[in-house]
Amino acid sequence: MKYILNVNGQSRTVDVPPDTPLLWALRDNLELTGTKYGCGVGQCGACTIHLNGVPARACMTPVSTVGRMKVTTIEGLAENGKMHPLQQAWSELDVAQCGYCQPGQLMTAAALLKDNPRPSDADIDGAMAGNICRCGTYVRIRQGIKRAAALAAGGKETAQ
Amino acid sequence: MNRRDFLKLSSLAGGGFALAFCLRSGGEARAADSASGGDFKPNAFVRIAPSGAVTIVSKQPEMGQGVKTSLPMIIAEQMEVPWQGITIEQGDFDEKLYGGQSAGGSRSTPNNYDTFHLLGATVRTMLVQAAAQTWGVPVAECRAENAAVIHTSGKKLAYGQLTVKAASLPVPDKEQVTLKPAKDYKLLGKRIAQIDTPRIVTGQPLFGIDVKLPGMLYAVYEKCPVFGGKVVSANLDFVKTLPGVKDAFVLEGNGKVKELRAGVAIVADSTWAAFSARRQLKVTWDEGAVAGQSWDTFVAEARTKSAQPGQRVLRKDGEVDAALASAAKTVSAEYLYPFISHANLEPQNTTAHWKDGVMEIWSPTQIPTIGTGMVNRVLGIAPEKIKLHLNRAGGGFGRRIGADYLIEAAAIAMKVPAPVKLTWSREDDLRHDQYRPGGLHFLKAGLDSSGRISAWKNHFFTFGEGGSPGSGGSLSPDEFPGRWIPNYLAEQTMFETGWPMGPWRAPGSCVFAWVFHSFIDELAHAAGRAPLEMRLELLGTRDEMPAGSGGGGKGKQNAGYNVARMRNILKFTAEKAGWGKRKFPKGSGAGIAFHFSHSGYFAQVAEVTVSKDGQLRVDRFVTGGDIGEQIVNLSGAENQVEGSVVDGLGTLLTQELNIERGRVVQGNFHDYPLIRITEAPLKIETHFLSTKYPTTGLGEPALPPVAPAICNAIFAATGKRVRQMPLSRVDLRWS
Repeated sequence: MKYILNVNGQSRTVDVPPDTPLLWALRDNLELTGTKYGCGVGQCGACTIHLNGVPARACMTPVSTVGRMKVTTIEGLAENGKMHPLQQAWSELDVAQCGYCQPGQLMTAAALLKDNPRPSDADIDGAMAGNICRCGTYVRIRQGIKRAAALAAGGKETAQ
Repeated sequence: MNRRDFLKLSSLAGGGFALAFCLRSGGEARAADSASGGDFKPNAFVRIAPSGAVTIVSKQPEMGQGVKTSLPMIIAEQMEVPWQGITIEQGDFDEKLYGGQSAGGSRSTPNNYDTFHLLGATVRTMLVQAAAQTWGVPVAECRAENAAVIHTSGKKLAYGQLTVKAASLPVPDKEQVTLKPAKDYKLLGKRIAQIDTPRIVTGQPLFGIDVKLPGMLYAVYEKCPVFGGKVVSANLDFVKTLPGVKDAFVLEGNGKVKELRAGVAIVADSTWAAFSARRQLKVTWDEGAVAGQSWDTFVAEARTKSAQPGQRVLRKDGEVDAALASAAKTVSAEYLYPFISHANLEPQNTTAHWKDGVMEIWSPTQIPTIGTGMVNRVLGIAPEKIKLHLNRAGGGFGRRIGADYLIEAAAIAMKVPAPVKLTWSREDDLRHDQYRPGGLHFLKAGLDSSGRISAWKNHFFTFGEGGSPGSGGSLSPDEFPGRWIPNYLAEQTMFETGWPMGPWRAPGSCVFAWVFHSFIDELAHAAGRAPLEMRLELLGTRDEMPAGSGGGGKGKQNAGYNVARMRNILKFTAEKAGWGKRKFPKGSGAGIAFHFSHSGYFAQVAEVTVSKDGQLRVDRFVTGGDIGEQIVNLSGAENQVEGSVVDGLGTLLTQELNIERGRVVQGNFHDYPLIRITEAPLKIETHFLSTKYPTTGLGEPALPPVAPAICNAIFAATGKRVRQMPLSRVDLRWS
């Protein structure tokens, strides 16, 4: 089946069976491999993308259900060539270890900051609980989100 | 110039120059000669273009431990080039060119540290010489700074302007090369973000699972759920008719549970087509003898045999039974920990292309020679016909020392007329890991009238494969507190299994430190002693503890224990944590533990709160580490420790595999939960103590004391002693 998807602001066509998870359409057909496979059952969050700005698990989203929703992947997080404050903060604080989960972490965090520009530790833990980091970078993820919030607010504040 | 005594310099197209470098087995810089074989192995790590662009090749596999950043930092430091703008390339597998490329055992830093200093300093020396010759001035009047050579008169030549001249110079031997002293370091010891960070945060292809080649097909490989099972029959004809499926076939395997297992391969035109077809695959298995082996049965058997003598005496000092009989007080305890998985977030995968008698492979692997050796031995492909590209690995933790997934991909590729990527499902990954073995310790210790440990007896039950304990299942005769207690007996009983086991982050240490430092804490409380004071007394006053006569083999890790370093780091950490200075309310408390492994001396203090309904929260976790003189990349070093703390806590909290009738019960993260951000410590503090010893690695040694420090804190908070992992099986409620 042919599907026309809106991915990172571009119209992209994939020809896949209807039950194909968006994850594999992105990775195998559209060569957007930033969205990761970790569990296939919505448990780890490595495949987190945005559908109309809302975080979703690409591994649990059949291509046939996407329709005209706007798909944003990690490759589309930076806008007009400018890194998202989270991407800047992740670089500043060297958040990643292996880095495999981080696209999913960033996409979840980006949705959090959009709804809540100044999240507390509890807000962060609540929003990020669906994303596993096997390397254990959680303390830096908390710091990274706070730093990004500060950067977005004008960059004067430093991370706590 | 005697070529054998010099590093070789070879010109490169484009006017750049490469320093070919060579290691003898001892790591000493030696002559390089690309035309010669045998004793010398030429390598190429550094390239400077006339534009001034500096490229450094990183030879070690990167899996999140940070070596692709930290090791090139050493070269850049000594070269005297700024970090900004440097390009780091991942080298392919080529040990003739680069020397050893294994990443395991926290050895990447110590194995390369001195060599990389010399390598960078040699390049700098040659650039200074090139400038001095260009100007016709003595070398002594020139110095290197910020990718340029500066003369005392103030004139200056950038490195890029010196490439042609430098390429014409003989490579100086190491006696002519002066290393930059630590006081002049501009990079080492600083916090530098990983070089791959821009690609990680923008989702660029980087990992093994991201590999895509023209015409590539996608494979899955179904193995028997019972370890060692064989294929009797499969509905291959039907599977081949399914959408997108290009082929389906049985591989017999080589009969080894950690190499090429028997199974059914499905090759399709997409990952999803392969995954989907697999759901309709029906295989009849010959489950074999391992189907009779279950964890619960072994545990029950261990309990019935615990009071009997073990199969082997691992270490015997003094007369333990007599000392126990005469002790003022004795304490007995059973400690149990289960089998666990590595659970790398990137499932195992490898891409392979069999073409014109050459096997080309792309793989996230820790020890490339294990995979290529297997391809050679099992598939009969000559070493020179195997090409291996090293991809960033989405987590290692020892799992990717095994190369079962690599050999599967290569074996499948031999039957497919295209490149093929094998992707394991999460279920494959959990059910076909090379597991950290579980174990039981039946401990009994005696305290004398002054509260000293006078006797220590341990009947250790472990799990074997092929007649010896699995990786991490060997208790060294020298394992602490062996050698420190006058009457000491460690015995072992091993259950032979067909279960695959492999190194899991700080093998052995990751569980022994928990058992022994928890039990030492029990003894301190039984004796009414302060936990820190008791430990310092146990370590004693001698500065070195030589390897015991019962050492050797897997005990080498602990041989030559520097007691002074351990005492110092224990005191240092206690001070940083403010140990003993705070009073905690009921439900909160602090615990302490230490451990020496992988050349690193570590002590840790946990502060925890346990709610009345038994929920644990780690409020603060303090680590003190002595890994020698120099921290290479402070950010990376802290990240390894922070990760170790979270990993040690996560393992303690929930991780266990049930092996029933020869197969793993758990299948995905819903029944094998990993630690999440909600359970991570609120605060992790990391302190390094610089000592005069050589710099060593950090992937492992910070992990072992984490679990005992936390469990000792739980005891301080609640009076509940944790003697079983994971904590999800332990009732921590209090009133």
